[in-house]
Amino acid sequence: MSELFNLNPNDDQQMMIDVLHRFAIDDIKDSARQADEDAALPDGYLQKTVDLGLNFMPIPESLGGVGAGRTYVSNVLNIEQLATGDMSMAIAALTPLAVINAVMDWGTDQQRETVANSLATDKFTPAALALMEPGLGFNIDELATSAALQEDGSYRLNGVKSMVAYGDKNECLLVFAQVRSEESAEQKVQGFIIPADLDGVNFEREDYMGLRALPLYKMTLNDVDVSATTRLGDDFDIARLHQLSKIAIAALAVGCCQSVLDYVVPYVNERVAFGEPIANRQGVAFMVADMATEIEALRLMVYRAAAQAQQGLDVSRSAYLVHRQAIKYGMKVGTDGVQLLGGHGFTREYPVEMWYRNLRALSTLDGMLIV
Amino acid sequence: MINCELPEDINRLSIMARQFAADGLRPISRKYDLLEQKELPEELTELAELLKIGGTAGADSSGSKPANGDPGNRNGSNMQAVVATECMCWGDVGLFVAMPNIGLGNAAVEAVASDAQKESWGELFAAMAITEPGAGSDSAGIRTTATLDGDEWVLNGEKIFVTDGYRCKQVVVWASLDLSLGKSAIKSFLVPKGTPGMTVARVEHKLGIRSSDTAQIVFDNCRIPKENLLGNPEIATNAEARKKAFGGVMQTFDNTRPIVAAQALGVARAALDMIQELLAESGIELGYDKGYHQLSALENDLYEMEAEYDAARLLVLKAAWMADNKMPNSKYASMSKAKAGRMGNQVALKCVEIAGQLGYSKASLLEKFARDSKIIDIYEGTQQIQQLIVARQVLGKSSSELK
Repeated sequence: MSELFNLNPNDDQQMMIDVLHRFAIDDIKDSARQADEDAALPDGYLQKTVDLGLNFMPIPESLGGVGAGRTYVSNVLNIEQLATGDMSMAIAALTPLAVINAVMDWGTDQQRETVANSLATDKFTPAALALMEPGLGFNIDELATSAALQEDGSYRLNGVKSMVAYGDKNECLLVFAQVRSEESAEQKVQGFIIPADLDGVNFEREDYMGLRALPLYKMTLNDVDVSATTRLGDDFDIARLHQLSKIAIAALAVGCCQSVLDYVVPYVNERVAFGEPIANRQGVAFMVADMATEIEALRLMVYRAAAQAQQGLDVSRSAYLVHRQAIKYGMKVGTDGVQLLGGHGFTREYPVEMWYRNLRALSTLDGMLIV
Repeated sequence: MINCELPEDINRLSIMARQFAADGLRPISRKYDLLEQKELPEELTELAELLKIGGTAGADSSGSKPANGDPGNRNGSNMQAVVATECMCWGDVGLFVAMPNIGLGNAAVEAVASDAQKESWGELFAAMAITEPGAGSDSAGIRTTATLDGDEWVLNGEKIFVTDGYRCKQVVVWASLDLSLGKSAIKSFLVPKGTPGMTVARVEHKLGIRSSDTAQIVFDNCRIPKENLLGNPEIATNAEARKKAFGGVMQTFDNTRPIVAAQALGVARAALDMIQELLAESGIELGYDKGYHQLSALENDLYEMEAEYDAARLLVLKAAWMADNKMPNSKYASMSKAKAGRMGNQVALKCVEIAGQLGYSKASLLEKFARDSKIIDIYEGTQQIQQLIVARQVLGKSSSELK
């Protein structure tokens, strides 16, 4: 490896960071609280995200895209910036890109063309991955959703998915299921690109502790028959998808945590108790210092995992560890954020309680986005 | 482009340093931990020679050349230093610290002494004497004095916790020219061993890094030539100049903090490697693929430690990278020392716990790693001082606002 250690984004990346930073401030931050109260995205928000042009980046020029290829580092930088505005609204903007990324990686030529045409347009088109399943603990090695191979080569899908963004509004869904066939005992996870309105598919709106502005659904699949052409290529690798998802989740964490830190610093500098700003007390100051340290470390771990992916290196270790750290320190920052604001932090007049609720989602966002 | 892997030449350096640690330090690790002697382990003198030879033959001292159209980016001596330090401390922290010819005083001379002084003093093996019984974290509160008498400075006071204090050839001492003027009057002085009035009063018996000598040095009307005051003898008279003067001395700590943090990376990596080797014998290995509900408590702890190690390591690399690229890095230097210091200790202790009777026994080096790791969170600025520095930076507070 003769590449130098380097933490500077390139010019294009820096430009995008600046654009998204601005977008987060102008178009996300101020409407996030109301969106959380309403459990609905602000009117017109999704259409605004189209102008960012993110969906076009990984799509080849021949299919009408920018042809940048799979830009993992740029993706984490972008996710972080959007998440500084609001985690729910960031995810809402990015689920279609997750589908595009997955299909660019593993789709057949036909699927890539279809997805490019339907999702990279000038109108926001909902699309989402459907990986997570309801219940106590998610074990990717034991997906309950099944895809039974039929005699005619089609598949019959059965199972229940959870946390599916956009539900019945999706133009297309990439659903992951365990393939079961009569001949082979081997069970492999595969992805199926399907529309939301197939026979046997039902959606029910879900309600969560946080991410309330993001419309999330339970999806029930009851003997849903899909043709072989909906199935991703033979080389689909669920482990790889899971790794790329972990890196994305961690990038969301960094962005949201940064907003917590940026919020608490001026607060503790202004809030007076016992005759001086509470920031003058080591108990408070050290809590802020540790928040800053862990956020920086987490950011670096995200960069490293994304950079390894960019260089074609194995990311299994980095992705696994950054995901763990994001869950642990993401929640710590969230809870410290509320603590530093005291009683005020507990009310919905201040944003920290919303970030606390959103940050708790990190431990259950597998498959929501991928870098 | 953003890249967090090490370039080829620094990778090669790390392999060499690891080899050195494995072949040269590990075999004598337990011996000198048990002996806890005053005299320098004689093997270290030979090893230091090897290091010198290896150093000139190895990495380009000006650092890796920039590539890929990024003329502004360097991976230089700071990154080399943290990487090499981690690898050597993977071998043995105490022996690394005890390496002859590399004293903390050397760094002070390098940073503060004039060219003429460096020329006349030549090659040094200098210890750094700052801490006193009444002043540790509060280094500005030292009471050792230096009084000018004709052509000589007369030093009076008591220093403790001087690393290499017994074995070194010179001591760089912090003393005040005028106690009433506070930190602006604090200067450093070079005192060669054998100077009358300087006595190594005792050598500490410690919890860890027992192969390194930690001395108490007493100055009783110790006379040194006027020329032995490092740098500028002027006492700053205004706040700005005072800040600059003391700041210049403190700045050496900005560059040494990541290096000390790297010591913690080394001992943590050593403990993690050893525990995983032991567990592999029972068929327990980390696959980085199981869901949380499928993890045993043991696997969970191991993953936690690997993640914490990575986190600390990247902070250290960032601080070193910034130094190489001439970016002010005080905040990140302190972040790296705070994080690595606590991580190194937590990891080393946990590995003993996991290893049960074997971990606790002197039949394994794990218990030694757990003893060695503790000091790294204390010296060169305690965990709490690092948190204070980070907090002041993040909150925009002065030292009088945030104590």
